[in-house]
Amino acid sequence: MSLDPSHLEYPNRREGYDHALYPYRALHQAPAVQWPGGKSVATWLCVSLEWFPIVPEDKPFRAPGHMQTAYPDYRHYTARDYGNRVGVYRLLDSFAKAGVPASFAVNAAISERYPVLLRDIQSAGHEVIAHSTDMNGTIASTLPEADERALITRARDVLAQACGAAPRGWLSIARQQSFRTADLLKEAGFAYCCDWVNDELPWAFTNGLINLPLNHELSDRQILNVQQQSVDSYAEQICDAHDWLAGEAAAQSSARMLPLHLTPYIIGLPYRMDAFEGLLANLKARPETWFARGSDILESYRSHM
Amino acid sequence: MQEGAADPGLYDYVPYRGRTPFAWPGGKKVAVWVSPNLEYYEIDPPANPHRKSWPMPHPDVVGYSHRDHANRVSHWRMADVMSKHGFPGSVSLSVALCQHHPHVVADANARGWEFFSHGIYNTRYSYGMDEAQERAIIEDSIRTVREATGQTIRGWLAPALTHTPRTLDLIAEYGLDYTCDLYHDDQPMPVKTATGDLISMPYSLEVNDHYGFFIYNMSPREYARTLIRQYERLADEPSGTVMCIPLHSYLIGQPHRIGPFEEVLRHIAADGRAWPARAGEIADAWRGRAL
Repeated sequence: MSLDPSHLEYPNRREGYDHALYPYRALHQAPAVQWPGGKSVATWLCVSLEWFPIVPEDKPFRAPGHMQTAYPDYRHYTARDYGNRVGVYRLLDSFAKAGVPASFAVNAAISERYPVLLRDIQSAGHEVIAHSTDMNGTIASTLPEADERALITRARDVLAQACGAAPRGWLSIARQQSFRTADLLKEAGFAYCCDWVNDELPWAFTNGLINLPLNHELSDRQILNVQQQSVDSYAEQICDAHDWLAGEAAAQSSARMLPLHLTPYIIGLPYRMDAFEGLLANLKARPETWFARGSDILESYRSHM
Repeated sequence: MQEGAADPGLYDYVPYRGRTPFAWPGGKKVAVWVSPNLEYYEIDPPANPHRKSWPMPHPDVVGYSHRDHANRVSHWRMADVMSKHGFPGSVSLSVALCQHHPHVVADANARGWEFFSHGIYNTRYSYGMDEAQERAIIEDSIRTVREATGQTIRGWLAPALTHTPRTLDLIAEYGLDYTCDLYHDDQPMPVKTATGDLISMPYSLEVNDHYGFFIYNMSPREYARTLIRQYERLADEPSGTVMCIPLHSYLIGQPHRIGPFEEVLRHIAADGRAWPARAGEIADAWRGRAL
């Protein structure tokens, strides 16, 4: 038995990456960043609004949170839609109470189905970014290029119509892209995406598109659903992260980001909301905190480039 | 090993009870070694017929970029905490990292860390290799680490823990003297090989950060408490044991985890019963012990 000789050939074994999507840069080599007002921790609330068709298509893959039982999966269809009816309004109220802005990554289907929700998000001053068409709109390299381009432009156009301006940001479902996605997003006029979790400051793809790293390890989905920890532990972990980042920013004289990816059907449950509101108040009271939308972070970061 | 036998014949049975108590240099009860995995995962590796590299079609964006965090951000966060509290690293190295990100490897070398091989890439598996292919990755490992760091590797942790029946015999033949792939004991033990002098260096899956966070789903503070309990128990026993803390900086170096982890190192360093050491130093002290 032996492996094909290609298994011992390493055509991309060279300094830098084994791809040309973006160049290498260590965080400590990045130019020092200061956020507005001398704040050192940009705290970015990013809420995903997801509509799951009860008929999953699995092309190219099934989104996290999608249907699980034999058809018709009422329990997951409705439990996910709970987030769009109830949970998201709890979050909007909590943001208003704390006086903080957020980004909302929105499936185009949410805008088409629930226009009042889009208006409520916009009138509160939050940012709307694109989050594909609906939760069947997954992307991977196995998706034909024409289909991927159509998906991206449709998501853009629906939100542009609803919001009066094209969204500047993009979040892929499950953060999964194809090898073409960065170019297609650039071509569609997006300024940034949030899919690559390799850094703690914004960085540029080779084609100029910016990546705003939306840490998946700090997401409510990862901590509460995947790792099945309590909301009290979640809040404690976020505070521990903030403590560390504020200390690191002071020691290294360069600001940091604390991205909090939120899902209304997860964090917006009644028994979790008190702890979440307590977390927001805690973070708000810290002198280092700058609550910022994705586009605010992008603008501030660009002013340093 | 005895290929095809029900007992692979790697070692003799030695019960924990009744072993001669032993102390590490300075009379310390636990040799504590920290083993950062400095890895490179390829974005589009060839498909090994015996194991898939990534769950998603390439590029697996979260999988790849999560690990890329190590080489951009969290290596330094983890390494600074280790240096601050006096813990050297013994690096489980994807040796191609010497080509891709030489300044990560140079940073570890400058801190006085030891390197052993964890294969060429963590996306190239040994399953299915013939002997010549396996010799090629061992020789590549020895050559690459020597050229990049001046060090001669002494240890092996199979790439992504993928082995063949001949791996241990081959690394012993090439003069490597410890393996991190066997988990049968809290003390080093001789390993039966055709030639050479190989010992098993206690590594750990159970307190590996990957297991802590993704198998046992621990919170950062729970994982920190786990490491302290592991340490306290070993330090209380008379045997003279080894505690390994295997790490991946893209996990332990996340902003919500590094603070609780620093408290672990602070605790162990202050306790006084620990010998913070490199794997090679532990192997030497064990071989030189008075029997």
